[in-house]
Amino acid sequence: MTTSSVVEQGAAPAGEATEMSYSDAVREALTIAMTEDERVFILGEDIGIYGGAFGVTKGMLEKFGAERIRDTPISELGIVGAAVGAAMCGMRPVVEIQFSDFANQAMDQIVNQAAKIHFMLGGAANVPMVLRAPSGSGTGAAAQHSQSLEAWFAHVPGLKVVLPATAADAKGLLLSAIDDPNPVIVLEHKLLYRTSGLVPAGNTRIPLGKAAIRHEGDDLTIVATGIMVSKSVEAAKTLAAEGIGVTVIDPRTLVPFDEQTVLDAVKATGRVLLVQEAPKTGGFAGEIAARIAGSDAIYSLLAPIKRLCGLDAPIPYAPDLEKASVPQIDDITSAARDLVRTS
Amino acid sequence: MTVIGTPQAPRLVTEPELARQALSTMWQIRRFEEAVDDLFARGLMHGTMHLSIGQEAVATGACLALTREDLITSTHRGHGHCIAKGAQLDRMMAELLAKQTGYCRGRGGSMHIADVDTGNLGANGIVGGGIPIAAGAALAQKLRGTTNVAVSFFGDGATNEGAFHEGLNLAAVWQLPAIFICENNGYGMSMSSSLSMAVPRVSDRAAAYGMPGVTVDGNDVQEVFDAVSEAVTRARAGSGPSLIEAVTYRHKGHSKSDQNLYRTREEIDAWRAKDPIGRFETALLESKTLTQEDVDAVRAEVIAAIRAAIKTGNEAAPSRADELMSGVFAPVQESA
Repeated sequence: MTTSSVVEQGAAPAGEATEMSYSDAVREALTIAMTEDERVFILGEDIGIYGGAFGVTKGMLEKFGAERIRDTPISELGIVGAAVGAAMCGMRPVVEIQFSDFANQAMDQIVNQAAKIHFMLGGAANVPMVLRAPSGSGTGAAAQHSQSLEAWFAHVPGLKVVLPATAADAKGLLLSAIDDPNPVIVLEHKLLYRTSGLVPAGNTRIPLGKAAIRHEGDDLTIVATGIMVSKSVEAAKTLAAEGIGVTVIDPRTLVPFDEQTVLDAVKATGRVLLVQEAPKTGGFAGEIAARIAGSDAIYSLLAPIKRLCGLDAPIPYAPDLEKASVPQIDDITSAARDLVRTS
Repeated sequence: MTVIGTPQAPRLVTEPELARQALSTMWQIRRFEEAVDDLFARGLMHGTMHLSIGQEAVATGACLALTREDLITSTHRGHGHCIAKGAQLDRMMAELLAKQTGYCRGRGGSMHIADVDTGNLGANGIVGGGIPIAAGAALAQKLRGTTNVAVSFFGDGATNEGAFHEGLNLAAVWQLPAIFICENNGYGMSMSSSLSMAVPRVSDRAAAYGMPGVTVDGNDVQEVFDAVSEAVTRARAGSGPSLIEAVTYRHKGHSKSDQNLYRTREEIDAWRAKDPIGRFETALLESKTLTQEDVDAVRAEVIAAIRAAIKTGNEAAPSRADELMSGVFAPVQESA
């Protein structure tokens, strides 16, 4: 059992960063992008005077006006389709899908149109569209407002998939997503909106496809996504006190995926725990497991690859049931401890 | 069938150059599709395709009312729209022949053919898929302050899709410069439009969106031209979208697998007698806009152009498998 430490990767030097909430960081990215580039506009349900269901666009209507902060009818297929068409004609639309579950209403435009147009047209057109959507459970809104659908999007060639886990990433990754000439799905965990962190000032982009190492240790690698990143760091701190060193890797983006950072960490630690809120079957943790198993990192493994995921069940309403459906800090701590102690 | 308001479009029978252009476009569509039908039948073309033979007046009359900068979204039955908007026959043929020089480098084929340079944002394999995209293209024109319009072509079948409702509603509430053109050929694959909707006319549905809706004879290129010209004027003036139903008929089946079990020989023959190209040629000759020699010259030019397109396409390099993965995403520019 060896040393471990918390890593504040991505944090800017003091004086150039401000403590702010995740939702404020998203708003700051949107504001910077809209101020610097007149092609950028936002469309979505209740994003104007209401300020968005989670308050992310609060105050933006007053700043940018109703043409660019475009309140829409409840019409997800139409909204995303309009964004696809506008993107093909030189605009940079940012869609807010009120809950990521509602993206299901727009799947034709996301999957059959946006994802495929650049390829299908032989490169003659681009779809530089961002689709932001609050994702995940924890609000008591039950099965149709709580899903984690990132693996679906990651499975469709032509979509980039981003899961910001910190306030700094919420800003920096969104700025890169808006710059990107391709359709990018940004899934913001709704329990993260009120969390805070140091966020670098100005137009500080974080490139898509570069993982962050959130905690370092020698005994075990945890690869966690979305809200499971902070939970895994908490688990790592507890385990450090027990003398178990844990490296926590946050891939930040599933597409593109920073495979090398994961494989290097697995080789260094010899054990790996994959943590996601989404159900296990068909989830992205399975993809990460396959990449590890298919690489030479498998020869470094001291124990089988372990996945800790949401139950293969819809998210329920009752608070205790909802918590029981997705990994909690204690679950991560126990799974990690077991993995290290039995191998 | 009438057009609302005063027709603003020129009379094709009094404008020889416009008449020649319209006739040439209709023949290009007809001969292109006959050629690819033949190539397919002889096993020289791959995949599947949806032919618009019999419907040429809709694409031709509509695109005659547009500029190169105006935008269109098309359908799975989209060769006509592509040609009428100004695409090159040889690059279209190359695409259908799965060649690298095709519009989509052989990745799209008939159902995804597009020519962004002439404003064609693409055919679409999903029924109704292009309708919200056209609303977005129109939104971009509004936000950018251009006077360009966006036209969406779709069939009668698409008007029962949610995308039709959502696209038209968005265009209406935002007063976008969009024109929705329904090519009502009577059937969504085998489903008769009389069984798939409970109102007599697709244009009746415009009332639900607070936009003008008209029905025109889709086999009369002048009627289509008139109706679309008026809708374009309206859209450019900032007065919002329109719905135009052009009633027409496809002579061929839905696609290559169709055995025509759902319609009668009598019905097909009756519509063949209303062929839009034959009707237009007769009108041009009767009005002495063009002579028989002029008409023959147009036909000969088109046949030569199609032959040249096939030759160019056949000689082109095949599409490249080594570009497949680099073609999925557009390259990210490194920001300063």
